[in-house]
Amino acid sequence: MRGITPWKVAVGLTAVALAAAGCSSADPVEPEKKDGSFIISWSEPQNPLIPAGTSETQGGVVIDALFTGLTSYAAKDAKTEMANAESITSADNGKTWTVKLKSGWKWHDGTTVTAKNYVDAWNYGAYSPNGLINGTFFADIDGFADVHTEDPDGEEGPQKAPTPAAKEMKGLKVVDETSFQVTLGAPSNLWPIKVGYSAFMPLPDAFFKDPAAFGQNPIGNGPFKLSKWTKNTELVVTRFDDYQGAEKPKVKDVIFRVYTDDAAAYEDVKNGTIDFQQQVPSAKLVGNLYKTDFADRSSNKPISSSAFIAMPTWLPGYNDPNIRKAISMAIDRQLVIDKIFNGTRIPMNGWVNPNMSGYKADVCGANCKFDATAAKALWDAAPVKPKDLSLAYNGDASHKGWVDAVCGSITNALGVPCVGKPFPTFGEFRTLVTTEKMTGMSRAGWQADYPSIENWLNPLLKTGASSNDGKFSDAAFDAKLKEADGTADLAAAEKLYQDAEAMLPNLMPTIPLWHSSQQTVWSEKLDTVVINTFGELDLASVTVK
Amino acid sequence: MGRYALRRLLQAIPVFIGSTFLIWFLVWGLPGDPFAGRCGERKCPDAYVTYMTDKFNLDEPLYVQYLIYLKNLLTGNFGQTFNGTEIGDLLAQAFPISIKLALVAVVAEALIGITAGVLTGLRRGSFIDNLVLVSTLVLIAVPIFVIGLVARYALGLSSVSPDAPFVELIIPGIILASGSMAYITRLTRVNLVENRRADYVRTAVAKGLTPSRVTGVHLLRNSMIPVVTWLGLDLGALMGGAIVTEGIFNIRGIGGLLFGAISRRESGIVVSIVAILVLVYLIVNLLVDLLYGVLDPRIRYE
Amino acid sequence: MSSPEVATATSPTEPPAAPVTPAAAEPAPRKEKSRGLWSDAWYELRRKPLFVVSAILIAFFVLMAAFPQLFSSVDPGYKDLNRSLTPPDFGAWFQFGQGGQFGYDVQGQDIYARVIYGARASIVVGVCAVLGNMLLGGFFGILSGYLGGWIDSVLARFGDVFLGLPFVLGALVILSTFAPVQSNPSAFRITSLVILTFIALGWPSFARIMRAAVLSTKQLDYVHAAKALGAKPGRIIFRHVLPNAVAPMVVVGTITLGGYIGAEATLSFLGVGLREPVVSWGIMIGDSRQYMEPAPYMMAFPAAFLVIAVLSFVMLGDAVRDALDPKLR
Repeated sequence: MRGITPWKVAVGLTAVALAAAGCSSADPVEPEKKDGSFIISWSEPQNPLIPAGTSETQGGVVIDALFTGLTSYAAKDAKTEMANAESITSADNGKTWTVKLKSGWKWHDGTTVTAKNYVDAWNYGAYSPNGLINGTFFADIDGFADVHTEDPDGEEGPQKAPTPAAKEMKGLKVVDETSFQVTLGAPSNLWPIKVGYSAFMPLPDAFFKDPAAFGQNPIGNGPFKLSKWTKNTELVVTRFDDYQGAEKPKVKDVIFRVYTDDAAAYEDVKNGTIDFQQQVPSAKLVGNLYKTDFADRSSNKPISSSAFIAMPTWLPGYNDPNIRKAISMAIDRQLVIDKIFNGTRIPMNGWVNPNMSGYKADVCGANCKFDATAAKALWDAAPVKPKDLSLAYNGDASHKGWVDAVCGSITNALGVPCVGKPFPTFGEFRTLVTTEKMTGMSRAGWQADYPSIENWLNPLLKTGASSNDGKFSDAAFDAKLKEADGTADLAAAEKLYQDAEAMLPNLMPTIPLWHSSQQTVWSEKLDTVVINTFGELDLASVTVK
Repeated sequence: MGRYALRRLLQAIPVFIGSTFLIWFLVWGLPGDPFAGRCGERKCPDAYVTYMTDKFNLDEPLYVQYLIYLKNLLTGNFGQTFNGTEIGDLLAQAFPISIKLALVAVVAEALIGITAGVLTGLRRGSFIDNLVLVSTLVLIAVPIFVIGLVARYALGLSSVSPDAPFVELIIPGIILASGSMAYITRLTRVNLVENRRADYVRTAVAKGLTPSRVTGVHLLRNSMIPVVTWLGLDLGALMGGAIVTEGIFNIRGIGGLLFGAISRRESGIVVSIVAILVLVYLIVNLLVDLLYGVLDPRIRYE
Repeated sequence: MSSPEVATATSPTEPPAAPVTPAAAEPAPRKEKSRGLWSDAWYELRRKPLFVVSAILIAFFVLMAAFPQLFSSVDPGYKDLNRSLTPPDFGAWFQFGQGGQFGYDVQGQDIYARVIYGARASIVVGVCAVLGNMLLGGFFGILSGYLGGWIDSVLARFGDVFLGLPFVLGALVILSTFAPVQSNPSAFRITSLVILTFIALGWPSFARIMRAAVLSTKQLDYVHAAKALGAKPGRIIFRHVLPNAVAPMVVVGTITLGGYIGAEATLSFLGVGLREPVVSWGIMIGDSRQYMEPAPYMMAFPAAFLVIAVLSFVMLGDAVRDALDPKLR
């Protein structure tokens, strides 16, 4: 690692020099110059700050500040908007896409954002030896299989993943400085929506000179640039004055301060030491204490994450939709929510989160409503039933409370013993789930990657899909999804996805439980506060007093 | 004495290796894959797990991993965290803050503890003596997190700013020091009481020295030796022992770093911090022993 | 004998196992028979109010740990979400069989019952850890003191390996390593893990005390005489060495016991010590930390019991030390 230090210095110096030059020469005319700053409670990201290498929220919120992708989701309604892209068009029903970039966009180091930056970044992200956490997001692109190989006998096996045959996906082609062409493996009308996800953000040439150093000192093309990162203490981003996006930041600095203890952070927002806490500690939900403390400086908003129960559909009894319906109707969702979650979950009646475009209310109907008698009747009528019920979960997060409560509800309604079954770590739990070793129900959760109904059906319920924990499979449902995937017109496609979802109440592939909400508080200093669909503070629109 | 010091230094090497290997074995020997659970609700991509496993040599046997770590450590390279941060940078950032906090605590316990100790030691059996004795017991008995939480939330104190200026560290420092303060008081008191009956004090009084001179020059100076030693050792202990206090006041020292690292299974950080703390312990121990020989001529090291 | 170590007891509350311990400045009671020392001490102790008070309190806590049913008829594990965070009912204080004296916690569990049942875990952890330390530390102390030479050096360095780790830190690492192995462990397993951790980190201090006692006794004329007469090592150790080491061990043991009760609370507070289904004061305090504002009683009662228990043991140790230390008499 001795090689890293000189690079760090070199990159740092050029960045400073260029930034200084940019300031003195361009000096954009600003009618109202706001030099304010504010502080957000934060914790250290788990991965280097590279868009395709960050999947958790703490790193994600900084990536979103530093980088802007082709499209972005409007903070208010999650509608997809063109960001760095001028246009994304397809002439052949979503198989080949032509991306045209807006001109004049600059990286924080002063170089121009080009089509090549995108193609290079995507190829790097997809190449499996680079080991990026979001690598599989590029799986739609033609030629992904050539650059991304899997370990043939799993992690534990002696064999290693073979080196991929190619370094670049054949589906990506740079046309000229500001446009490139993407060929997908199969048609998808959702491509413009998907590319708004941070995995698809571009990388400057500086990245490829030293990826490791870049992860510690990223250079982006977004509304803010990184100005200081004191590890384990705080990270400061400063407004990038050359930013070409629609919404320019109204403040100069945003400071992300590391907190180990969320109770300490809450107190600090309360006394004005810092300005924003995305999720208040659960104790402050008791009796809505946070509302007493903050009144109109708080929000309570549903977020794009939901909980389900996955059913082992390969086992006798569980393969009967009526059994699954009976279990679903035996769960008193509202009572569990009130007592265990202080009312911070919202009962689900469908398979799609309400923050998604294409969401329809009450899809599941009576099958997802608590009705002990009907549940018992359905259960008793079933020819084959599971002997005893169990609900597996990972013991390293706080699931015990609700799992026990849900099981209690099922036991009371059906008269069948149901026990919670903890597994020590999430890793172990997931391994058992994915290898079909579960002997009963298991908990499942899903958080949207991009705000579309499709993201809740294809990855979760299609035959053989990556997160189809229950190995659910239904030919008619798959055919409907396929039809929707191949429909170019977005609105028509959405309609078809809704039709597919409407088939689910009878099939009951998984049991929807509830979706989460988030309670956010901020200090008196913040004026305009918009919480986006991912529950994050929209940094660009914040104004300070 | 030089030979003694050398021998002690040589003996410290196996202790250092033993402690770090023990911790290494504990944190890396954990069953399960530290990367499998890092992708939220979905399975981590194979490529990511393979890459990280390779990068951190996790497919090697434990002792090989340890030897690699030790080799890097000797060249001053602490390795990297999972997010690519140099652990050396993290430590360089956190240690000064913890040292500052420990210094504040030691100064606080020295000032308050010695004063109380002298006061009670000179008036043995008085009301003040008993009062102080009982209150030191209470201080020892109340866990630090109770004192800290009550101070923080009942008094409405805010967290310490990132650069941790001395002024903001005073209250956390006093809280951190509360337990040791009680020990210092009792230690000072016991030594005063013992030495008061020593021959040299009797001689000094018989010589006709003023009481204040007897107390100030003869009694206090000799009674302070073990107290000073304790303070020295405590400085080392407080640096690593501030996990609770640092958490409550969001002080970005090594206590918080360590606690976070344990919960995120950032084993590299854990081992590195332990390595340094063990080193500090060994060096301080040696220094204290040597200092003892200097201060008390009756002790000789061959 | 002057050893370069400080002669004080340490407690494992923060600051953790700070430097180490009593190199037993205990001068061997040369002319007294051990019975004389103890009966003298007992005479001294009976007249000390601190001792009497702490002894009564400890008896009370031990009773509580052994027979919690005597104090409360409510099941400490029973959860009723409907009465979550009900404040203390002072009217119930004088009616046996009634719940809610100290209020109910978030899960709707009776705080009074939990405080009573919590005594067991705290005292079991403290007593077992100290006894284990005395046995293990005593054994190694005798080995190194009696045999001396390279065995002594090796054992001393081996002890340093554990002493070099700050107490809270070491316990944190050990517990977080072994705790998740089984996610639904029994109460016995959880408790014994904590006890074993305390023993692993604490034995070297006790070994040092024992070693010092052995060394000072070895020099005594009557031991030389016994050796010359052909007494076996076992006889020398049991007849001559152990009686001399008991006094410092008891003193340090009682004070350490108080410290361990506090340490258990600290670790449970950090989330790595005892866990459900064990009931302990530390767990209760840890659970209550975020509810200080809406429900201060959740922390106040277990914390008060914890402080009183630790205080009793430390006071007892203090009184015993005074009584056994002829210099301060």
